[in-house]
Formats: sequence, C-alpha cells, structure tokens
Amino acid sequence: MESIKDKVAIIGMGCTKFGERWDAGLDDLAIEAAYEAFEDAGIDPADIQAGWFGTVTAPTTGIGATHAINPLKLRIPMTRVENWCITGHEALRNACFGVASGMYDIVLALGVEKLKDTGFPGLGTGRGMGPVLEARRTSPGSFALIATRYFYTYDLSPEEGKRVIGKIAVKNHYNGSMCPKAHFRNKITLEQVLNAPIIAWPLGLFDCCGNSDGAAAAVLVPAKIAKDFRKDPVYIKGLGQSFDPLLPHTRPGFDWLTWDALVDSSHQAYEQAGIKNPREELDIAEVHDCFTITELIIYENFGFCPRGKAKEDIDAGFFELTGGLPVNADGGLKCFGHPVGASGLRMTYEVYKQMQGKAQSPERQLKDVRFGLSHTFGGPPQVSAVAILGRELG
Amino acid sequence: MSGIISYGAYIPLWRLSRDVIAAGWGRASLGGERSVANNDEDTVTMAVEAVLDCLNNVDRGIVDGLYFASTTAPFREKQCAALVAAAADLRTDIITMDFSNSLRAGTAALRAALDAVNSGSAENVVVVAADSRLAYPRSDYEQNFGDGAAALLVSRNHTPVATVEASYSVSNDMYDVWRLDKDIFVQSWEDRFIIEHGYLENMSKAISGLMKRQDLKAESVNKAIFYAPNVRAQQTLARQVGLDVKTQLQDLLMGSLGVCGSAHALIMLVAALEEAKGGETFLLASYGDGSDAFLIKVTEAVGKIKGKQRGVKGFLNSKRSLPSYERYLSYRGLVEPQPGEPFRLFPSSSASWRERNWAIRFHGSRCKNCGLITFPIQRVCYGCRSKDNYEEVRLSDKRGTVYTFSLDTLAGRSDDPMVPHIVIESELGKTRIYSIMTDCDPSEIKIGMSVEMTFRRMYEGAGMYNYFWKCRPVR
Repeated sequence: MESIKDKVAIIGMGCTKFGERWDAGLDDLAIEAAYEAFEDAGIDPADIQAGWFGTVTAPTTGIGATHAINPLKLRIPMTRVENWCITGHEALRNACFGVASGMYDIVLALGVEKLKDTGFPGLGTGRGMGPVLEARRTSPGSFALIATRYFYTYDLSPEEGKRVIGKIAVKNHYNGSMCPKAHFRNKITLEQVLNAPIIAWPLGLFDCCGNSDGAAAAVLVPAKIAKDFRKDPVYIKGLGQSFDPLLPHTRPGFDWLTWDALVDSSHQAYEQAGIKNPREELDIAEVHDCFTITELIIYENFGFCPRGKAKEDIDAGFFELTGGLPVNADGGLKCFGHPVGASGLRMTYEVYKQMQGKAQSPERQLKDVRFGLSHTFGGPPQVSAVAILGRELG
Repeated sequence: MSGIISYGAYIPLWRLSRDVIAAGWGRASLGGERSVANNDEDTVTMAVEAVLDCLNNVDRGIVDGLYFASTTAPFREKQCAALVAAAADLRTDIITMDFSNSLRAGTAALRAALDAVNSGSAENVVVVAADSRLAYPRSDYEQNFGDGAAALLVSRNHTPVATVEASYSVSNDMYDVWRLDKDIFVQSWEDRFIIEHGYLENMSKAISGLMKRQDLKAESVNKAIFYAPNVRAQQTLARQVGLDVKTQLQDLLMGSLGVCGSAHALIMLVAALEEAKGGETFLLASYGDGSDAFLIKVTEAVGKIKGKQRGVKGFLNSKRSLPSYERYLSYRGLVEPQPGEPFRLFPSSSASWRERNWAIRFHGSRCKNCGLITFPIQRVCYGCRSKDNYEEVRLSDKRGTVYTFSLDTLAGRSDDPMVPHIVIESELGKTRIYSIMTDCDPSEIKIGMSVEMTFRRMYEGAGMYNYFWKCRPVR
C-alpha cells in the first residue's frame, strides 16, 4: 500500500459564510464556495477536469451530482459522494485519488449542505438503524450516551463532567467570535454553558453544535505542478478513513470510550504523514466537535492526550489558540454549525489558510503552521475521516 | 380434566385520580383512581404483557392456540392474535383467533378455548382479553372505565389450578351500551333502563340458570365474580341471586382500576385466583349482549403457581400517578400532541416482515462458533466473522441493566417531551440492546439500574402502526 503523502496539493479553496442562509439555496452555496476556490487557485472554471461533490440531505438522495453540475455549468465527470458526517472529507479524499492516479490534473472537491429548508432545527430522527430502532433517536441523544458513560467511568459527577466539556464550548466560541464566516460569533461564559437548557441530558444547548447552511471547496492538482499555480500550495500528507465495525448502541462489550474509527483513521493518516507524536508535531487540529463530549473523546482517541486525562489539558488551556495544540481555531462546528457535506472541507479550509498565514482576522493567526489536521466523525455506526496537510514537500 | 393451568394480568403503570378528572370539569368525583394506558400502549401491547405474565414459568412451546378478545382492537382488518402470538414468541403452527364487538368477547374466547381443548382440536390455548375504551369527556364512564388485560392458559392435559365445571349463556339484543362502526366514544341509553332490563335481567337469568341446572346453592359459592358497570349494579345483582355482598362478592376493582371492558371479568377471575384456596367454588359471570356464566372449581394446584405471576395484585401495586387530566387526554389520543422531530424513515411492510424475528419476537443471534450473542440478529458474527452460523435466542424475557443513557428533549411528543435513550446490557450473555425507556421518571434513571423489556407501539407511518420493544424499570 502506497502513501498519499506529497502526491497531491491544494492550490485553491473557498468557503461560504455559514449560517441560516435563508437567502441562498443549495445551488447558490455551491457557486459561492466553488468560485472563491477558482479565484484563489487562479484558474478558470473550464480548467476543472473532474469533480467530487459531497452532500447528504440534498432534495432527496438519488439525484446524483445535479446540484454541482447545473449551477456551475460544468461539462465534466462529476461524482456525488455521501458518507454520513465525513461527506466533505470524502469529496476531498476521492478527488485526491483522482489526481494521484494520474487520471486528472485539475479537480474540484465540493461540499454543500442546505439544512435550513426543512422547517425544523435539528437533523431529524430516524437515520441509520431502521424504522423501529430509530423511532426517536437523534444525534444529541446518541452522543450524550458517551458523556454519561465517560463521566461514570472517570468518576466525574454530572456537574463536574459538564464543567469539563463546557470549557470546550467556551474555547470554541471564543475562537469563533473572531471568525467572520462563522455562524455564531458570540463569546460565552462557562456559567452560560452550565445554565443553558438541556438538549439531551447531560448535554445542554452550548454542548451542541448549531444547524447551519454552508459550502466549501478545494481545487487539487498533482504536487509536482502545484507551484506552477501558486507559491504557497498546501500538500496532502495523509488521508485516513475508518468505520466502527458495529453500531455502538448494540456492539458487544463496547465501552463508549475507545472508538475504533477514531483510532484507526488517525493512525492511518499519522503513518502516511510520518507523524509519531501528534501532540507535539501538529500545529493545528480542526476536529469534529458536533458536541463538546465528542471533541473530548477525540483528544483521547487521537493521542492528543492520555485516556482519562483530557480534563487536565482542558483546564491548562492546552487546546486554546495560545496552547500547545490549538484545536478548532476557527470555532469548529460549535460556531460554524454542521452542514454535513461541507464540514470536512470547511475545516480543511481553516488549516489551509492558517498554513498560508491568511487566517480570517489576524488575531486568530497561529504562528508557523507546518502540519495541520482536519477531521470529521459521524454515524451510526461511527465513521471517521482524517486529512493531514503540510506546508512543505518532504 | 380440562381447565385453567396458568393465569396472568396486565395493568398499565399510570393511574389517574378521579378527583383529577372531576376537577377538570368542575363536577363530582366518584372517588378512587383508574388505570390509563400510556401513549405507546394499546390492546395488543397490553395483551402481550398479560400473555407473558401468564406464561412466566410455562414452556411456550406447549401453546398451540391464542385467542385475543377486545372491543378496542387497533385493527379493523388484520388479526391481533397473530401479532400477540408473535410478540409472545409462540410457535406459528397454532390456532389464532380474534373475538370482538361485545363486552362478552373475553368470556366468549374463554368458552371457545375450553371447547377447543375439550374437543381435542388444541391442547393448550391462551385466552387473552384487553380493552381500553373511550368514554365521552366529562361522562361518568370516563371516570369508571379503566385499561387493562388478563390472560388464562386453558389446557387439556396439564394439572389445572381451576376447572370449569359448567357454563350457561344468555343472548340478548339491545342498545344498552354500544359503539357504531364510526364511533370513538361509548354510547349508552338511560342508565335505569339498561341496568334493569339489560344488566340485571340477563345476568340473573344466566346465573340462576346455571345454579339451577347444576343444583348449586348460593351458600356453596365462595366467590361470585360478577362483571358490572358499577358497584351498585353488582351488589343489586348479588342480592337478587341470593348472595351475600360482604362475604361472597369479588371486588369489582372500581376504586383502584376501573372497569376494563371485555377484559374485566377475566381480570376479576385472575384477582380471585390469586387469593383462592383449593376446593373453592367460583361463579364467574360476564355481561354484554346477554351473559355468560361459568361454574369454576379451584384445585389444590392453585397454591403451586402463586407468586410466579405478577397478576392483578402485582400490577395494581406497581403504579405512578398521572399528574393531570390533560395528560390523560393526550395519552388516549383525545388531544393531539405536537410531534417531536420529524421522522425520516418510513416503515415498509416487506422490510418489517423480513425483520420480524428480531423486531417482534425480539431474538438476538448466538454464534454457534464463538458463542457471542448480538442484537439485532447478525448474519456475520461480530466476534469471529462466522457467516450464517447462529441460532436465535429470545431476549424479551431477560432483564438487563442500564449501561449508559441520555435524556433527549428533541424527539419526544409534547405530552412526553423527554425521551430516555438507553443502552442495556442484558443478563443473557451481556448482550447490548438499544432501547427507549418508557413508564419511568427520567430523573430516576441511573447507570446500573435494572430494566425489563416491554412491547410497545412505536409510531404510525405509511398507514401502519409499528411495534417494537422498549425497556422500563422493573415493575
């Protein structure tokens, strides 16, 4: 098995303003993200040779890549991809493979999601397990199962546990407050988090990400020609993807703490990228904070900190902008919401811009970002995708 | 000798004080409380509960018939008995039948089951009756009615706890209480007429006819188990047929339960059997479009099965109070709750049919190679990847403990806004089950708490009611 390392480069990216985009439909969001990416890459839309389009809820499935092809007026091979919450990363991953295979030289990875045309605030119930098992399952209801078990295992009272994960919400909102494209740009206090209404106990309002519309896009080329397009391309160093083998809800012996998909996908990507110690070697990580507890278990499953020890790093500010490993420097899903097909590319956009020293709002710009990680996580059963990016070849 | 070899009952957890109903309308309370089925219960789910109670400690493989009786079946066209039998995980080469339309449906099913075992067309038949009748809001019936179910296992070859010695029936056509095919609520004619010429006349005709034919003296009756629409009518009847109200009359359960339609006579019989001693004589009589009367002898075997069922007593003692009349209206579908988040997966008849063994029978798979049990049934083993090498195991009668849980406020109906999501670790092979908890106070849920499974109606979609198993705190 070959590594993807240094075979593909990103030469342009785009990202819409995320939020309740009552003004924009799926097509408008696609245009907004794709045209920013074309401009950033310095190419004409007609230069694109192939595309991968990620969306999940687009007006019924089974209509392929219509919502990418039609608005952009492209005449190219375009494939729709859909894989739970990692859909944006799947567009990126498959576009990388298209380039790495040698089949195409300039491709588009596009992720778009229009969630705010459904008339309800959540993702809805009844996805994934079949009608009877799913009858009342929601995403917050399922992710909250992790928090209950985590608190129990590490002997945290619900109050203590909520303070620990609540600090993640405070951090991400602080970061998002400086990000013009974020949906939510309000700073919050721990007291606000703890006093917010319960969504799915033990998770409260601020433990949950919002529901937003958004899109993001990337233009990819073979690494060896990337500098023909721009002086500061960003290179793909590793791509991991893995599923848990069975629904966590019914999986024998599952402890709700060790997630195979997280462990395997991150290890695949670390190995390809040559990363031995992610805590030390990564300069930024954009991870799937759909809920605060999710970000916490990602720390522990990605090797950012030892198991059961996330609390110490959270208390010490290790994952803040000024800490050892800034996580979700743009505010994460907490502030961008989770337009499912777009999220993986939106996170990658943040890593890309940070590497180029072009983070939106200079006060958020991290110093000397050489290696960065973007990650999405969904299910059930859980599926996780990791992309590691680097500033230099080699 | 043929007879009843086991019995069981089911009474919903929820009770509504009649004072609460009365306060809702600013009228007088009849006192006491009534049972109210939860918003995920109907006569099928209550029947399943009663059957499982009845078959506790009975080999389900011996059952070769199930008769379901109700005036409030969830289906007009589609048998309930077949669904109840499947949820109870009975064999499929059995006789199933529904009895309906009359408050006598419960005793009609009992008589048919006795005839079946006596004639030899079946060996062991479960009779189950369940009802959840709706009364006009503000009416006396609204306070009087209750929801519940009872089940009897009738057998030819096993030692009976009670034998049915004789019966006597009277048929009577009359509009006394009725529902047209389009009615939601029970209609009735003036009480004085229907008690005198309906209830008293027909019940006493059947009871006296039976006593006379069997040469049964009133003083040899240990318990007179008389269905009645209210306590006064029951006592008047007892006096008319020469019985002593204080010592011989089985409690109508009006104060603690309410009258449960076609199930009520059988519920009272179960309650009587729970307290019975060998050698006692029971007179059972039900009413509805005439009357059925039975002469029942309790055998010494009655002592042997005591405590093996929860029965009427067990379920009556396990209860929670509905806090408001509005909640009752919503639980019974009389006001429309605002639905939770929209449901994206619609049921499919063919998919449900394929999934029946885990979704209705609640089977998991046990790998014949490594022994791992998984729910739902897995064709490829999670433990060892053996393919199609498993046997099915029943999980519905196993208890479990809460492994982890959450309390979701997004997906619930407005009358039950908090949905407890539970990951259960079953006592059978530590099998993990994902389930919603019902009949509980969400604030009392803890990791490690003991739960049991309960068959419930999940939701309506694609023109179908969909059933599945939930869990509840052990009752």
